Amino acid sequence: MKVEDLTIKKIHRGLTEKTFSATELTRAYLGRIKSQDEKISAFLEVCENLALSQAKEVDDLISQGKEISLLSGVPMAVKDNILIRDLKCTASSKILENYQASFDATCIKRLREKKAVFLGKTNLDEFAMGSSTENSAFKITHNPYDLNRVPGGSSGGSAAAVSSGECCSALGSDTGGSIRQPASFCGVVGLKPTYGTVSRYGLIAFASSLDQIGPLTKNVEDSQIVFEAIKGKDPLDSTTVETQSLSHSVTKSLSDLVIGIPKEYFGKGIDKEVKEAIEKIIKKVEGEGARIEEISLPHTKYALSSYYIISTSEASSNLARFDGIRYGMSNVKCQMSNLLEGYLKTRGEGFGPEVKRRIMLGTYALSAGYYEAYYLKAQKVRTKILEDFEKAFEKVNVIFAPVSPTVAFKIGEKIEDPLKMYLSDIFTVPVNLAGLPALSLPCSEAKNLPVGLQITGKPFQESEIFTVAEFVEKIVA
Amino acid sequence: MITEEEIKDVAKLARLELSQEEIKKMGKELSSILDFFKSLDELDVSQVTPAFYLIPLKNVMREDKAEKKDKKEIDRILSQVPSKEGKYIKVKEILKQ
Repeated sequence: MKVEDLTIKKIHRGLTEKTFSATELTRAYLGRIKSQDEKISAFLEVCENLALSQAKEVDDLISQGKEISLLSGVPMAVKDNILIRDLKCTASSKILENYQASFDATCIKRLREKKAVFLGKTNLDEFAMGSSTENSAFKITHNPYDLNRVPGGSSGGSAAAVSSGECCSALGSDTGGSIRQPASFCGVVGLKPTYGTVSRYGLIAFASSLDQIGPLTKNVEDSQIVFEAIKGKDPLDSTTVETQSLSHSVTKSLSDLVIGIPKEYFGKGIDKEVKEAIEKIIKKVEGEGARIEEISLPHTKYALSSYYIISTSEASSNLARFDGIRYGMSNVKCQMSNLLEGYLKTRGEGFGPEVKRRIMLGTYALSAGYYEAYYLKAQKVRTKILEDFEKAFEKVNVIFAPVSPTVAFKIGEKIEDPLKMYLSDIFTVPVNLAGLPALSLPCSEAKNLPVGLQITGKPFQESEIFTVAEFVEKIVA
Repeated sequence: MITEEEIKDVAKLARLELSQEEIKKMGKELSSILDFFKSLDELDVSQVTPAFYLIPLKNVMREDKAEKKDKKEIDRILSQVPSKEGKYIKVKEILKQ
């Protein structure tokens, strides 16, 4: 069985037509992980026993003649900042190295109800802070297209696992591009849903006003299937809202469509090859009948500063919970230290350099005397960015832009210079600040590496994005 | 330029123990990042409302009622506690006797 070519619907057909059993399928994926992951290092943990017991449940249902859902028996990987009960959840941090989740995240609960199969937990930048997965305390993940390059980040493990066929689809989380950028680097489809669409309950929080869980998949159809399974209001996350079941998209053909091209995304800082690749796709889509309109999002250049102030501020508050008292790494047993020393030592030893840097930045930005100059100002700039998008969406249906200014960069290339690494996020953070849905679609190659097209939609209009993405997917196929 | 003293103060607020080497490096890195943030000063946003919420949210209330959890769930949570006595979580002394 060639699992690399399987999609959710192909698996469903295979299972219902009894071409293969869920157990055989799961074993095939586990075999693929065994043969590939030595060089890719996408997984932090493979949960063979759980996966095989879930697969058996699906086989039992099939043999009883029961109907199964599209996701039943579909082998998935999960970013290791999303909790699966009784499995370790480390967020790639030493401070949670031995932490075992005591409950399921809501998205996991929903996937269990559909009888999806969990193969394991994937590598990430520590606490999802990074753009290359090099900030993991445990291992470096390699890009399946070129092992000397990064898979992107922070959901680099999930993107690399889907790309190398080690799983059919995966979950990631996106705070400033952490699903879309690795999807772009690894040539897979990544969706960041509208803020408030997917419950964050059971996601280890980084920046609560920006975080969203979303799927990484082989194609657009799979993205939609996983998204529909995990979305919806959840009493355990008070920022979730009820969304209508994916209303049929208004776009029936490309000629119904007005696509906005923000000129700020094609100027300074973008690689020539990436720019040309995206422009070529836009030409093709125009050739198929879509109307292309140049738009301006004038506050784009302020987005990165606004994002890093807000996200680090929220992170400094969220990560205060790691105190070495209730769970995680701890030196409370050390008799010598008092309460304060216990905190200082546990956190000083447990957090890696990028996490410390961001906690420090956030603490500084929120501290007395600096709050107005940094945090409040950043939130005001956020309003301007939001207004830019609102204005643009008065005359266009979707926005096309690059996901990242470069293709996958070399391992080690940016890790020593934090600011340089932050600049990798320049095209993805505005969407998080505005809470919008956006999808990264593999559309081309530059220097023999994948290039992703970013399709951004209006709030809660994921259906529109999927329709447009499927049009483009067909054109570039 | 952020001073070494400032780094030490912020580290204490953040409850992070930093080595002398980390303090030096952090000072340099934070300074360059904060310089980068200065670009926001080009904008006059004095009349702008901050965007704390992106979607229309309202307070979600529930009854203040304890929920009974089964023993398995409690054991799962307690199994993660680094230092405990029976079903109690042990913390450091905060009041001097």
